[in-house]
Amino acid sequence: MTGHPGAAGDDLASVYRAEYGRCVATLARVLGDLGLAEEAVQDAFAVALRKWEVLPPNPGAWIVTTARHRAVDRLRRESTREARHAEALLLHQPDEPREVGPVRDDQLRLIFTCCHPALAPLAQTALTLRLLGGLEVPEIARAYLVPEPTIAQRIVRAKKKIRDAGIPYRVPDAAELPARLPPVLTVLYLIFNEGYTATSGTLLRTDLCLEAVRLARELAALMPDEPEVLGLCALLLLIEARRPARVGPRGELVTLAEQDRSLWNRELIEEGHDLVRRCLRRDRPGPYQLQAAINAVHTDGPSTDWGQVLALYDQLLRHTPTPVVALNRAIAVAEVHGPALALAAIEGIDLPGYHLLPATRAQLLARLGRGAAARAAYDEAIALATNDTERAFLRDRRAAVIDHTA
Amino acid sequence: MKQYMLAVHTVEGAPTPSDEEMQTAFAQVDLVNAELRSAGVWVFGGGLMPAESATVVRISSGATTLTDGPFAETKEQLGGFWVIRSADLDEALAWAEKCAQACMNPVEVRPFQDEPGE
Repeated sequence: MTGHPGAAGDDLASVYRAEYGRCVATLARVLGDLGLAEEAVQDAFAVALRKWEVLPPNPGAWIVTTARHRAVDRLRRESTREARHAEALLLHQPDEPREVGPVRDDQLRLIFTCCHPALAPLAQTALTLRLLGGLEVPEIARAYLVPEPTIAQRIVRAKKKIRDAGIPYRVPDAAELPARLPPVLTVLYLIFNEGYTATSGTLLRTDLCLEAVRLARELAALMPDEPEVLGLCALLLLIEARRPARVGPRGELVTLAEQDRSLWNRELIEEGHDLVRRCLRRDRPGPYQLQAAINAVHTDGPSTDWGQVLALYDQLLRHTPTPVVALNRAIAVAEVHGPALALAAIEGIDLPGYHLLPATRAQLLARLGRGAAARAAYDEAIALATNDTERAFLRDRRAAVIDHTA
Repeated sequence: MKQYMLAVHTVEGAPTPSDEEMQTAFAQVDLVNAELRSAGVWVFGGGLMPAESATVVRISSGATTLTDGPFAETKEQLGGFWVIRSADLDEALAWAEKCAQACMNPVEVRPFQDEPGE
């Protein structure tokens, strides 16, 4: 949103974040057309920007109702036979969602449509993050480590293909679900990730984390026989559980080792552990289950059993040999075998633009007493980090580097 | 209802299938054609002669020129196609899967522009 003339401007921005995806999902069901739904919701927010002096009691419902009226106006202006038909449907649409397919939630239906296999993987995820998460293009670009125009273009093309090729707005049936699932899991994971380390400003965007957790729980209830769904849900719950301890009283980042474990949410941890046990019992391990298991180890007992974490990372790296997994494994190597071996393990990892690679190298160099090299690596990480809290954390660490070799 | 072209792409110079394989493909395509007709989705379909049998007609400044050979000098050429009528892309993709299996070649699914008034 640009410009906040009304007194409710800041409130409107937070309503936009919280309600945008839900409103688009609902309107897409009512209208059966994603582009029209998005335009109508944007129209409604523009009206809200002019009219709201104080927030209405239920801002989301206000936006949906207004968006529906705006859509009727748009269709009237178009006045083709097709548009008149759509208008008639819209006027007689009951407010309660009709049950279509096994998923009742509009947002899940929208996720499955956006993640249609006829769309390229990057397009699927970018579109879903934009429409459901209400994420802005720069945020999505950073989640993917790709330039902003690339993401903007992907979103435009994907919406055009959905319309032109006639990709239906529906939930896949039971036989199609397993093949349609992997991109959906990626999307939920990225929404959570974006909420956990927001692109800019402060560290946490709780609404996105909670939204991802909510969708993951619903998906787990819908597909209880898919171990990777349970694994993803467990993973998000176990990370979310530690959120209260992750930021200190001055808004600073607190590392896992330094966190006050009494602040962790025990209920979420138990829910997560229970899910990890349930999915691992099926003996069909996948990347989300393994990451969930790693986080289960982190949240089990008074301290982390790093030997077990490293064994799980070895398994994960065999399953998913990506540079990010290799980097995370190196952190476990440092705890088990010391920083020198970890430093050797991250040599050759290629992750251009990813600040956590130089940040990890800096930390390992500092532990080895190589002060000058550590500070240089911290500088590199600070230049790449886009989040204020993370930058402050890295500056603190840089300042604390002790030069043993000086 | 939308219309989709299911285009069969063949790679020129790829190893030619044996006579037996060809006969199998023809028989399978006949079965799919019958299925498309009885399901009411059939609009048109057929296999094409090789690309070197093509002639391109061009009109430029009122003059007509004929060129021997296909329009695009690429290795992949259109080998045949179906036109089907279906409610949405998912239906078209499901038919394309059957068609690809039958003709033993990749099938490109491409929507037609909506006809006015439809």
